[in-house]
Amino acid sequence: MFAVLLAPLVLSLQIAVVATLLAGSLALGLIALTHGRRSAALFDAVLTAPLVLPPTVLGYYLLTVLGRRSALGGAWEALTGSSFVFTRTGAVIAATITALPLVLQSARAAIDAVDPTLLDAARTLGATRLAALRRVALPLASRGVAAGLLLGFARACGDFGVTLMIAGNIPGETQTASLALYDAVLAGRDADARVLAVALTLVAVVMIGAVQWLGRRAHAR
Amino acid sequence: MRGDVLTAKLLARLDNFTLDVSLQAPVGVTTLFGPSGSGKTSTLRAISGLVKLDSGFVKLNDTAWTTLPPERRELGYVFQSSALFPHLTVEQNVEFGARTPEEVARWMKRLRLESARERKPSTLSGGEAQRVALARALARRPRVLLLDEPFSSLDAGLREELVGEIKELVEAEQLVTLLVTHSREEAERLGGRFLHLVGGKIP
Repeated sequence: MFAVLLAPLVLSLQIAVVATLLAGSLALGLIALTHGRRSAALFDAVLTAPLVLPPTVLGYYLLTVLGRRSALGGAWEALTGSSFVFTRTGAVIAATITALPLVLQSARAAIDAVDPTLLDAARTLGATRLAALRRVALPLASRGVAAGLLLGFARACGDFGVTLMIAGNIPGETQTASLALYDAVLAGRDADARVLAVALTLVAVVMIGAVQWLGRRAHAR
Repeated sequence: MRGDVLTAKLLARLDNFTLDVSLQAPVGVTTLFGPSGSGKTSTLRAISGLVKLDSGFVKLNDTAWTTLPPERRELGYVFQSSALFPHLTVEQNVEFGARTPEEVARWMKRLRLESARERKPSTLSGGEAQRVALARALARRPRVLLLDEPFSSLDAGLREELVGEIKELVEAEQLVTLLVTHSREEAERLGGRFLHLVGGKIP
């Protein structure tokens, strides 16, 4: 039984790791481009929307943009011979999109909280705008960024709706723990459902606990 | 001996007033004196490039600084709050923008910071923090030194000591130095030239 349940759990963790790294890179890249600029609010509003949009709506948008008949999806398929839809690549994209708002919000708040005089000082000491962010703001905001990554990981690990819409529910290929849990409930496999639910809950609790620990350390400084 | 002259004509519409200042500062101390909110700090920020000008110019001798970003202007800036990087040690702060390791060693020694090299800014006294900020600015080997109320958080003894220190440094290094203060007494002790700012203008 455990081997059957282990595969979706491992896949969830693998997808969450890649998605968190991607979301972290996207969030930091976007913050670097928009820090201190008016456009930051606009980008943040658009990229935070997945937090409140129904997963089906988000999945629909992703299918529209990345589906086989879309320009992007077609170009990707011509280039790699594979599709975004019903593949692990699609599952990673779904998890990245759902993790991004949490990573972006947390990292943005932490970087915005850094005293702007420190960034001004760095500029007068020869650092470019980007170097000042990298050498001063990022180290000082590292706990906030780490908290965002942990929350993003927990969210990516547990995604259901968006993953189902774009990657489907293919056992051994795109069936993550959340999807396997759904299948187990539908098939009346209560014991399997319980194990998966407890495992996903543990991941979430450990991540939230780590975020709280980071918060306490930041206050204790 | 250098004979640098900083010339600036600054026009910038800021949040609650308009900065409209023309000044010329040769080597030595030029003190910007005036009440709170008169535009002293904004003048330094405009010269350093941290505030964008609506019109006007900044130049050092014949070299235009107006379109250069702050990091490419040959200046050192000591902020009122010291603005030391809290995640770095004293030595790492001084190294941050230093031209060479020799400059770091020189200013650490000159400003008596060698015994504090491994300490974090949060453990420094106000006087020590301002000395680190000064060493950090000078290790960049600037030609223009901007000092924004560097003595305001210091007690009388430390203030006296740092005033003497700065006076000596400016003469030895032949620096164009702009000092912001709201204390007439401080300004007079440093000597040099005085510019009185009122409402963002030099009347």
